[in-house]
Amino acid sequence: MVGPVHYLVLAAILFALGAAGVVIRRNAIIVLMSIEIMLNAVNLSFLAFSRFPLVPVAPMQAGIYAGQVAVFFVIAVAAAEAAVGLAIVIAVFRSRTSVHVDEFDTLKL
Amino acid sequence: MTESVFFWIFAVLTVLLAAQVVLRRNPVHAAVSLVGAFFFLSGIYLLLAAQLIAILQVMVYAGAVMVLFVFVIMLLNLKEEEMGHERLTAWKIIGGASIVVTTGLIAYLALGNAYPTGLLRDMARTQPGFGSVKGVGQALYIASVLPFEVTSLLLTIAVVGAVVVAKGKI
Repeated sequence: MVGPVHYLVLAAILFALGAAGVVIRRNAIIVLMSIEIMLNAVNLSFLAFSRFPLVPVAPMQAGIYAGQVAVFFVIAVAAAEAAVGLAIVIAVFRSRTSVHVDEFDTLKL
Repeated sequence: MTESVFFWIFAVLTVLLAAQVVLRRNPVHAAVSLVGAFFFLSGIYLLLAAQLIAILQVMVYAGAVMVLFVFVIMLLNLKEEEMGHERLTAWKIIGGASIVVTTGLIAYLALGNAYPTGLLRDMARTQPGFGSVKGVGQALYIASVLPFEVTSLLLTIAVVGAVVVAKGKI
């Protein structure tokens, strides 16, 4: 029988894979993809807690959907983040002809 | 029973494809793997009785965001030496497996007793129509209508900002 802990462990594994991708990869596009994986892991844990709440919730009130509403906003923010992040990658690639994050040192004096 | 079968199928495929995103050298392979991972993750969202979010996951993530990624990969047109050559060494498999097993074990040991035994509140069982478009839409428009409207402002700013940033040189 699958319970809430299964979903939470899956979310933890996905978050760890995304964090590992951010740390070990040099390609900025793959780093952005790994950030998307981490955001999805957080969404998964939101939804798991939404279906299996730890505290009693009164039926027929808007609060039972708090987790799903949070996921909705995370999706919207993730889309905005991907657009701006990829725009930065394009702008850096124009001057450096490289997308390696260890060469992104524009802010250095 | 059915939930268990589908959970394990979706979970294993999601983790395998997410590991491919991290381990593949070619960004196109990583992007296609990520589309698959998002798709199977939306199946998991369906198991969690979040129908609206599952549809949004496929439409926004697997559709719109990944098209953006693939377009940028195409525009950058990375050379072969930029990507390096593809190799799936034993060390990559060991590394990916160790991340998955270690994190899973730690999370299970930390969360295994988080829920009280015998008393599990399952909203999908006790609440008819949980996660439907009607219920979530009402929650969205009644309880959090201001954040919802601010989201449209955020997306407008993000689009304008993306155009401004991408036009300049950094």
